[in-house]
Amino acid sequence: MPRLTAENLQRARQLIALYPQPRSALIPILHIVQEQDGWLTPDGMAHAGELLDIDPAEVYGTASFYDMFFTHPVGRHLVSVCTNLACLLNGADELLEHAEARLGVAPGGTTADGQFTLEEVECIAFCGAAPCLAVNWRFFGNIGNEDFDRLVDDLAAGRLADDVPPHGTLNRVRRRVGLSAAAPAPAEDTDAPAQARPS
Amino acid sequence: MITDAAPIVTARIGNPQSWTLQSYLDNGGYDGVRKALTMDPSEVQQEVLTANLLGRGGAGFEAGKKWGMLAKGETKYLVINGDESEPCTFKDHMLLEEDPHQIIEGTLICAYAIGASQAFIFVRGEFALGLERLSSAVNEAYAFGAIGRNILGSGFSIDLVVHPGAGAYICGEETALLESLEGKRGYPRDKPPWFPAVKGLYSAPTIVNNVETMSNLPWIVTNGGAAFAALGIGRSTGTRLFSVSGHVKRPANYEIEMAKHTFRDLIFDPKLGGGIRNDNQLKAFVPGGVSAPWFGPDQIDMALDQDAVGKAGSMLGSGSVIAMDDTTCMVRAAWRITRFFHRESCGQCTPCREGGGWLDKIMRRIELGQGRESDLDLLLDVCDNIAPGLGWPPQKTTICVLGPSIPSSITSGIKMFRDEFLVHIKDGRCPFA
Ligand SMILES: Cc1cc2nc3c(=O)[nH]c(=O)nc-3n(C[C@H](O)[C@H](O)[C@H](O)COP(=O)(O)O)c2cc1C
Ligand code: SF4
Ligand code: FES
Repeated sequence: MPRLTAENLQRARQLIALYPQPRSALIPILHIVQEQDGWLTPDGMAHAGELLDIDPAEVYGTASFYDMFFTHPVGRHLVSVCTNLACLLNGADELLEHAEARLGVAPGGTTADGQFTLEEVECIAFCGAAPCLAVNWRFFGNIGNEDFDRLVDDLAAGRLADDVPPHGTLNRVRRRVGLSAAAPAPAEDTDAPAQARPS
Repeated sequence: MITDAAPIVTARIGNPQSWTLQSYLDNGGYDGVRKALTMDPSEVQQEVLTANLLGRGGAGFEAGKKWGMLAKGETKYLVINGDESEPCTFKDHMLLEEDPHQIIEGTLICAYAIGASQAFIFVRGEFALGLERLSSAVNEAYAFGAIGRNILGSGFSIDLVVHPGAGAYICGEETALLESLEGKRGYPRDKPPWFPAVKGLYSAPTIVNNVETMSNLPWIVTNGGAAFAALGIGRSTGTRLFSVSGHVKRPANYEIEMAKHTFRDLIFDPKLGGGIRNDNQLKAFVPGGVSAPWFGPDQIDMALDQDAVGKAGSMLGSGSVIAMDDTTCMVRAAWRITRFFHRESCGQCTPCREGGGWLDKIMRRIELGQGRESDLDLLLDVCDNIAPGLGWPPQKTTICVLGPSIPSSITSGIKMFRDEFLVHIKDGRCPFA
């Protein structure tokens, strides 16, 4: 069962200690769950609830409000094409159409090899480079059809692995300072196996 | 003509590695907070009052005045709004990535001035690079002694937490943001009775301010509130960062002196928007984020002055100006904005949840050629149910102002381009498709 690994459990405990009330750490911890497993697994959410002493239904109820959280598996690369106004005015509908044809999936769909999930999103605040998209929330601007094809090829071949970590990894910078000495994880938690991410 | 006021919040952008502590310190970084810490907190507040710094998040409320409304209490919080999701606004995104230390320094100044127990910077979840840069900056600032216990030897202690959002436009609304920061669904709170300054995070008195608002503080403290107030005109002081997008030749963020320029400067000046692409004609523009009613070419010479734009029936809002040229289908543009609001409604209030859905549906059928003759009246009727009287600012029928903002694009579209709507309906197709 993909509960948090020992290292991630430690990170979660440190996060909880940063806030005056533990529940504030829920969303940051869910980001860790999604980083570990690629999506919010039921066990990962249950573990988050245990750490904060809240009901699994409460965890799910919160998670389901937010667009970045997936309660079902998605591809290694989440391709988010913006079609809001500035992008619309600069050809976003055509870009989305091309993306659908190239990946062979409609928005919301995942390619059979699990490499790509396509989604249509609202403004990603990168409008100076419209039309634009994000892959795992790394931004790419002024995207024409050929740029899109090259990007997909590069991602599939792993050529952008440094810039674009797998889906779920949001902030690779750990807080190193001002952490209260978080208690070491108790034994029954530390041996939770690290689950391979769906690929 | 662009005035030669030096940039304030973008002064360091473009420096090599502008986001690092070293680069920041090499360019006067943390001098403002050092000075602030030698002053009495009330003196810092007074400088900000003198500056008449207007909030840069959308509502344009005086920052100093807001701080003065903070209720007394043992525990007080400062929450910085970096959720920037108003479509076509992309200035805070840039500030987070390019000058995170400036945001931190401003936050520290504000925290000292209001006596905050802890500060949080809520960053839109989608801003991965911004989160990484800001988090690195917090690590650096801590090691440097600017955050934590007894900062810069002043005796004042403050912790600062970078908090990631998770994707929801409504969390930019300050009370929804606080709910989200408490680990809940982002439902706005009904206010009055309780404004965050009285009852905010964990029910404690809380100040919520925008990222750009904070970014002005180091300069204000260093140069004095009067120097800031000397820029701009009247109540609109200092400089402001505008996000210019759409059909301009040079879409980007531009920092210019407040109120001294017009929409024409922003869209056409060769140093700013640079004119309309392919030298097409300007058809209409959105003056302050997609929540704002549209303006036509006849309003292009209006000053970028919060009060002037307000009086003309719209708002400078989030500082985003979107130009649309004569190839634009206004039905499609209005529909896209409507679809956005429908999708982002949190669902608590019936006029917003249901009204947004109806408007989306009717706009869709008009654009797709299945509109009915009665649809324009129907649209206006639904709009009137959401925001009775269709005035600006809209009448309040809901918990937050997302709902009453939904009609803006549709009522503007029908008022300015009625014939274009009618052609869609009469011909049964979009004339621009
Ligand atoms: C629907 C909605 C969305 C908002 N989004 C943002 C946002 O993304 N960023 C922001 O700073 N303020 C946003 N605001 C305004 C905030 O509620 C609040 O007024 C602001 O953060 C206060 O900071 P300021 O006084 O420094 O401008 C939004 C308001 C509404 C109603
Ligand atoms: S107006 Fe809309 S977004 Fe605002 S609280 Fe009501 S339903 Fe939610
Ligand atoms: S409209 Fe596409 S990034 Fe803003």
